[in-house]
Amino acid sequence: MNTIQNIDHKLYSILKSVPDPEIPVLSIIDLGVVRSAVLLDNDKVKVEITPTYSGCPAMDVIGDDVKKALLNNGYVPEVKLILSPAWTTDWMTDEGKTALKEYGIAPPTDAETDKQALLGNKQVIACPQCESKNTKLVSQFASTACKAMFKCQDCEETFDYFKCLI
Amino acid sequence: MTNENLIQYIYSIADNSLILGQRLGELCGHGPTLETDIAITNIALDLLGQTRSYYQYVAELSKEDLTEDDVAFLRKEREYKNVLLVEQPNTDFAYIIARQYFFDVYHFLLLEKMMDSKNVNLQAIAKKSMKEVAYHKRFSGDWLKRLGDGTEESHQKMQQAVKDLWVYTDELFHMNEDDEIVTKAGFGIDNAALKDAYYQEIEALLKESTIEIPTTSYFQKGGKKGIHTEHMGYILADMQYMQRTYPDMKW
Repeated sequence: MNTIQNIDHKLYSILKSVPDPEIPVLSIIDLGVVRSAVLLDNDKVKVEITPTYSGCPAMDVIGDDVKKALLNNGYVPEVKLILSPAWTTDWMTDEGKTALKEYGIAPPTDAETDKQALLGNKQVIACPQCESKNTKLVSQFASTACKAMFKCQDCEETFDYFKCLI
Repeated sequence: MTNENLIQYIYSIADNSLILGQRLGELCGHGPTLETDIAITNIALDLLGQTRSYYQYVAELSKEDLTEDDVAFLRKEREYKNVLLVEQPNTDFAYIIARQYFFDVYHFLLLEKMMDSKNVNLQAIAKKSMKEVAYHKRFSGDWLKRLGDGTEESHQKMQQAVKDLWVYTDELFHMNEDDEIVTKAGFGIDNAALKDAYYQEIEALLKESTIEIPTTSYFQKGGKKGIHTEHMGYILADMQYMQRTYPDMKW
């Protein structure tokens, strides 16, 4: 699936520098919430962002941060929130997934693995600390709606798993 | 179909999410365990997020200069079109789960159909919300089974909750005048057509949970026409307090 959609190359690095407020190791580009960024006349910029979850409380902050970053670079930004097409974890870049793992959050897998994991049927989610798959589902919802909580039964750390949304 | 028909139709969908979201929000910090507390408030947040998308669209459609906050906080009780089920109190954890499951199964079936609405805004909200509601249903269904097929006490409490809340399920499939008009125009969903699939799914899970399926033929109704149970006024008093006390306040 095309992860980066219609982002002007002059704006790419600016947007890439904006972090997700809840998971600061993840850029909003790597998270896949920036759907388009177009340079218009007179340094005007139109950016479209889409929420990960409907109730994601980070969206207002992301909108403000995008505006701030563009203003600091001399652009006149307009940020629009769009709902369609709906965000999916497939839009998260590989770089983003690696950053998540290093941060201690198990990155999203694929739909089938996810289902098995969240039904507690199979041990398929690897602990981001010790790589062991001897892990157990603690809760289908964790610190935010986009994550579930697991516990590693080898190193005994609890950790967040970024749930698939496909 | 007028814009007003469409607005009223959207209320009958969005108000369910708002009021249930508010009910679940009451549990923040009061859930039986930390994990269930967090899960329930996460679900509340999803529902409120969905509500915002609907109300923002209503604000766009409205001829008056409405905002999403006006729509959420400044209507009177009779102007809310949510079903009676979602306003029922958090009596105990069994009631919370039974209410949630009864709503989630309906919500999922509704959104599944709404993904094909001829209205692009409703279609977009449905596609987004659907993914979230799949998680809600899994959570409430799992707990219903766990409590129903659990200890003697959890079973008895779940049986009681199912029996008491069952009378509010039929209203989910009622169609008011605006529903009919908006559905004819291809924007809305024929609720009545979801009924068979709904009861089939619920009854299968209740059976698996060793819960007896209620046999009553008497059902409560009224919410979809704005006639609510005695609980609704208290919810609104709580929810609208800030806006009414400090008009036009913003976060």
